[in-house]
Amino acid sequence: MLRHASRCVTRAATTTLRWRRPFSSDLQSEHVADPNFIEAWKKVIPNVEPPKTPSAFMATRPATPSSIPTKLTVNFVLPYSSELSGKEVDMVIIPATTGQMGVLPGHVATIAELKPGVLSVHEGNDVTKYFVSGGFAFVHANSFADIIAIEAVPVDRIDPNLVQKGLTEFTQKLSTASTDVEKAEAQIGVDVHSALNAALTG
Amino acid sequence: MAMAALRREGSRFAVNPNILRSSILPSEEPVSSGVRYISTQIVRNRMKSVKNIQKITKAMKMVAASKLRAIQTRAENSRGLWQPFTALLGDTPSVDVKRNVIITVSSDKGLCGGINSTSVKISRALHKLNSGPEKENKYVVLGEKAKAQLLRDSKEDIELIMTELQKNPLNYTQVSVIADDILKNVEFDALRIIYNKFQSVVAFLPTVSTVLSPEVVEREAESSGKLGDLDSYEVEGAETKAEVLQNLTEFQFSCVLFNAVLENATSEQGARMSAMDSSSRNAGDMLDRLTLTYNRTRQASITTELIEIISGASALEG
Repeated sequence: MLRHASRCVTRAATTTLRWRRPFSSDLQSEHVADPNFIEAWKKVIPNVEPPKTPSAFMATRPATPSSIPTKLTVNFVLPYSSELSGKEVDMVIIPATTGQMGVLPGHVATIAELKPGVLSVHEGNDVTKYFVSGGFAFVHANSFADIIAIEAVPVDRIDPNLVQKGLTEFTQKLSTASTDVEKAEAQIGVDVHSALNAALTG
Repeated sequence: MAMAALRREGSRFAVNPNILRSSILPSEEPVSSGVRYISTQIVRNRMKSVKNIQKITKAMKMVAASKLRAIQTRAENSRGLWQPFTALLGDTPSVDVKRNVIITVSSDKGLCGGINSTSVKISRALHKLNSGPEKENKYVVLGEKAKAQLLRDSKEDIELIMTELQKNPLNYTQVSVIADDILKNVEFDALRIIYNKFQSVVAFLPTVSTVLSPEVVEREAESSGKLGDLDSYEVEGAETKAEVLQNLTEFQFSCVLFNAVLENATSEQGARMSAMDSSSRNAGDMLDRLTLTYNRTRQASITTELIEIISGASALEG
């Protein structure tokens, strides 16, 4: 009877685990996390299970294909949500610190730092524009683009009056700033608001 | 022979209450020899307190369940944040560096099962794993529970302690301020963040995420290995590659820390929910057992009274 009970419990446990799986939105990849780490761990601390590492929770990226693929796969993530994840598009234009940069499939692998500006995603004939605050963009050799920003709003949600108000406020702060920290903060405010302005007009 | 059997039965009943009394009553009652039963008053008090505990733990479970729902969606939304960095820079927990900093993320409140002890256990194990002749290991502690445990034996290794992270709801700005604090005050070659990753309401996986300093990233890129093709990436930026790498590692740290803190908070609520659930179930079981004892005691005292009356009456008659 006890054996039967334990079988029931394990069955219940696995079914609840399977049922609860739909809540977690990342999948476990089949490849084993860093074997060196696990070996070194087992040698020094044999009684404790080694902790998991992030690569165990991530789908592996495909290798660089020999011919240029037709579409670019874009992951656009923010701390609060993944705006685009694995979306296949034709082109993205990202606001790098050196200016607007267009990324097409087969672009050379790049690490770009972003400045506040407009990110536009081109898919066939539709273009979606977001104003991003700043962050990083990685373009990988296998035509995957990862864009990580801190804040992003669709351009049609920006209020022009608030932009103007902010711009005047920060320009004033910049002129009256005394310490370096204050100057830097005011400068950042001016940059962001002028970029917002440009986004609204352009 | 029947008398002997009866005496044996009697002695069994006589022994039982004493055992029962010592198992139920924590405080000692003056036990006189002979057969005595526990006063029903005491059992009734015990039952009242256990019922209150059951109500409290059930309420705590409901609170934890509602908090879990809210924070689980945020944690799952933040999961995309660290993946690009791992895709670019790889996952290198076995990197060999001189200055390791172990950042333990834990909760401030207790009653959440064993997740904090697990985190501390893994932190200590990592400390042991990375100790060597020229290496130094430091701790940065986030949360009261890990602070209490690590202060006991690793006091001199702790660099920074931060508590009360969840006074206001967790957001990225707060975490980036914390990350900035850590980066400014602590010298590191590799940062290892230990947290409990939320897999489901009953499963929490201790996880360690590694963030390398820009110099180590350069070194690993040159010596090939996992970061070998980092050099093939062109760097777009007005500044030098070193500056961009510095910004990159700082950004990576704040993103990974944000996800870690959210996942740990979700695990905390899930663990609290299951701990309170098992606690209220235990209280229910205990209440059942106490009810049985109470009824038995009550009936036994009634029987004793009856026996006394009847034997008194029969002594008068005969």
